[in-house]
Amino acid sequence: MARFLARRFVALIALLLATSIVTFTLFFAGTADPAADSCGKSCTPDRIAAAKVALGLDKPLVTQYLQYMKGLVAGREMGPPSGRYHCDWPCFGRSFQDNQFVWDVIKRGLPYTLSIAIGAATIWLFFGVLFGVIAALNKGKFLDKAAVTLSALGVSLPVPLIGLVFLWLIVSRWHLLPYTNNAITSPWSPGGPLAWAKNYILPWITLALIYGASYVRLTRANMIETMGEDYIRTARAKGLPRATVTIKHGLRAAITPIVTIFGLDLGALLGGAVLTESIYSIPGIGKTAVQATFDSNLPVIMSVVLFAAFFIIVANIIVDIFYAVIDPRVRLA
Amino acid sequence: MTMPAGELEAVVASADSGDADANTATVEGRSLFQIAWRRIRSSKVAMISLGVLVFLLLIAIFAPVLTAIEGQDPTTFHNTRDVIDSGSVSFEPGLPLPGFKLPSSTHWLGVEPQTGRDIFARIVYGARVSLTIAFLATLMSVVIGTTLGAMAAYFGGVVDTVISRFMDLLLAFPQLLFLLTLTPILQARLGHTFLGKGSTLPIASLIFILGFFGWPYLARIVRGQVLSLREREFVEAARAMGASPRRIIFKEIIPNVAAVVLVYATLTIPANITAEAALSFLGVGVRDPTPSWGQMLNQSQSNNFYQLDPWFMLVPGLALLITVLSFNLLGDAVRDALDPRAGRS
Repeated sequence: MARFLARRFVALIALLLATSIVTFTLFFAGTADPAADSCGKSCTPDRIAAAKVALGLDKPLVTQYLQYMKGLVAGREMGPPSGRYHCDWPCFGRSFQDNQFVWDVIKRGLPYTLSIAIGAATIWLFFGVLFGVIAALNKGKFLDKAAVTLSALGVSLPVPLIGLVFLWLIVSRWHLLPYTNNAITSPWSPGGPLAWAKNYILPWITLALIYGASYVRLTRANMIETMGEDYIRTARAKGLPRATVTIKHGLRAAITPIVTIFGLDLGALLGGAVLTESIYSIPGIGKTAVQATFDSNLPVIMSVVLFAAFFIIVANIIVDIFYAVIDPRVRLA
Repeated sequence: MTMPAGELEAVVASADSGDADANTATVEGRSLFQIAWRRIRSSKVAMISLGVLVFLLLIAIFAPVLTAIEGQDPTTFHNTRDVIDSGSVSFEPGLPLPGFKLPSSTHWLGVEPQTGRDIFARIVYGARVSLTIAFLATLMSVVIGTTLGAMAAYFGGVVDTVISRFMDLLLAFPQLLFLLTLTPILQARLGHTFLGKGSTLPIASLIFILGFFGWPYLARIVRGQVLSLREREFVEAARAMGASPRRIIFKEIIPNVAAVVLVYATLTIPANITAEAALSFLGVGVRDPTPSWGQMLNQSQSNNFYQLDPWFMLVPGLALLITVLSFNLLGDAVRDALDPRAGRS
C-alpha cells in the first residue's frame, strides 16, 4: 500500500507540474500584451513599460515561470522596484482589476462553489443511484421505461434553459423562492442550514438534473449486469431476504464504477460551476473566472485554471486509492 | 475480418446524412453497418430522432431560402416607430420596445425585445452556425483522436508514452473553464493571421478549440481497441506481407474501429453543440450580430429579458434541447445497434 501511495503521489506532483507549465505557457506567453491588460484603459507607453518590469515580463519566460512557482510554494517578493511587497504562499500574484491578492479572490469565491457542489452532488448521487436501482429491478416494466426516458431527457437539458426557466417561473413569476442572497455562504451563515438550502436549492436542482440523469443510466446498466451474476443467484438460493441481496450483494458491486465517476465529477465541479454560477449570479469560482475572462485579468484566470486542474487531479488520485480500498480485485501494482 | 474501407465509408457517410437506403443497396454482403442499420430502422425512437435531425439539417442548409419565404433576415432591426405603428411588431407596456409578439404572418416566431430582429430568421441561421461548429469540431476530434489513439497503441513504447501522457494532461484540465478562458486569448493571438477575421473568427476559433480539446476522449477508446486488434492474425499477415505501418494502421486497423468511432462521433456532436451554446451563452463564443442558439440565450439573459419576454428564451432553449436530445437518442441507438452483445439481453 505504501508503495502504491508513493507512486500515486509522484504521479500527482508530475501531473500538477505539467499542468502548471502548460497553463503558464498558454496564458502568459499566449496573451498578446499582459502588461497593457494590467494597467487598464488609461494607459501610457511609460506605464506599460513600468508594468512590464513590475510583472517581471522583461525577464525570460523560464525565469518568469520559476518565480511564479516559487511564489506558489513559498511566497515571494514582487511589484515594481520602487515598491516591493511580499506575497505570501500560495502566491498567485495580484488581480489586475482591483489589485487584491489573487489567493484572497479565490478564497472569497470558494465557499459559494463549495455550497453549490456539495448540495448538488448529494442530491444527484442519492436520486441518481436510487432511480437507477429501481429501474434495474423493474427492467422492461413501466418504471424502468420512465426512468430511461427521463434520464435521456435529463442529460440533454441545456443548463441555461433550465436555469432561466427556473428563474422565470419559480422566482420571478410565482415568487416561490427569492433571488440568491450572496451573504449566505454556508449552513452556518445567519438563518442556519434551512436558509442555506433555500438559497442554493435552484442551482442544486439545475446541476442535479443533468448529472443525476447520467447516474441513473450508469447505475441501471451496472445493476442489471450485476444482478445477472451467478453469486446473486447463489445468495438468493440461500434464502437471503431480497433487500439484503439487492443492497449488500448487488449494489455493493455495482456502485464501484459510480464512485469513480462521482469523484471525478465532484472534483471538476469544485473548480467552478461556470454556467450555473453565471445564471444565478453567484460569485463563486466559476463566475470569478467568467468575470476575469472579460477583464483580461490574467493572474486570476491562471489561478482559477490551476486551481480547478488541481481539484481534478487530486480527485483522480483519491478515486484510484478509494477504488483499491473498496475493490479487492484491484492490485496495487 | 477486415472490411474494405471504401464500403465502410459509403455506409458511414450515408448514415450521417440520414438516407442510407440509396447507398446500402449497392453494397454486397451484409456488413456490420448493414446489420446495425436494420436494427436502427426497427427502433421507433431512433427513426424519429433521425427524422428530426434530417429536418434540422435541411433547415440549416436552406436557411436563406426559408427566411426569403418569410420575407425577413436575421439582422434587420424592427424597432422604429413606423414599424410598430404599421402593426407588424407589437409594443407591450413594460417592455423595452418592441415587445414579444405571438407568431404572425410577418414574424413567424415573433421578434427580439429591444432590437426587434426576427426570431425565426435568427433561429434558422443560428442552426447553421451551431451545427457547422459542432460537425466540424467533431470531425477534427475524430481525425486527431483516431490517428493518435491508433498510433499510440500500434507503436507502443515511447510513442505510446508521449501520446498517453499528453492525453492525461489535456484531460486534467477543467474543460468548460479552459475553453472559456482560452477562447478569447486564442482569438486575440491567432485571430487575424490564422483563423480569419470578422464574423468567421469566433466560429473558426470555436471549431478549432472544441476540436482540439475533444480528441483525447476518443483517442483513449481507440487506443484500447487497437491494443487488442494489433495482436490479431490479419494484422500479423499484413505485416508479414511487408505492409508499411501507415498502411496497416489506416487500411487494416482503423476500418475495424470505425464502429466505435461512429458511436463516439454521434455522441460528441451533441456535446459540442452544448459546449458551443455554453460558450456563446457566457459571451466568449459566437457574438452578436452573428446568431447562434447560445448567443440568443445570452441576449435573453442580459437585461432580464427572459422575465419580460420568456418566449425569446424558450425558442432557442427548446431548439437546443430538441437537437441535443435527438442526437443523444440516435447515438444511444447507434451504440446499441453496433453492440455485438445487444441481441442477448
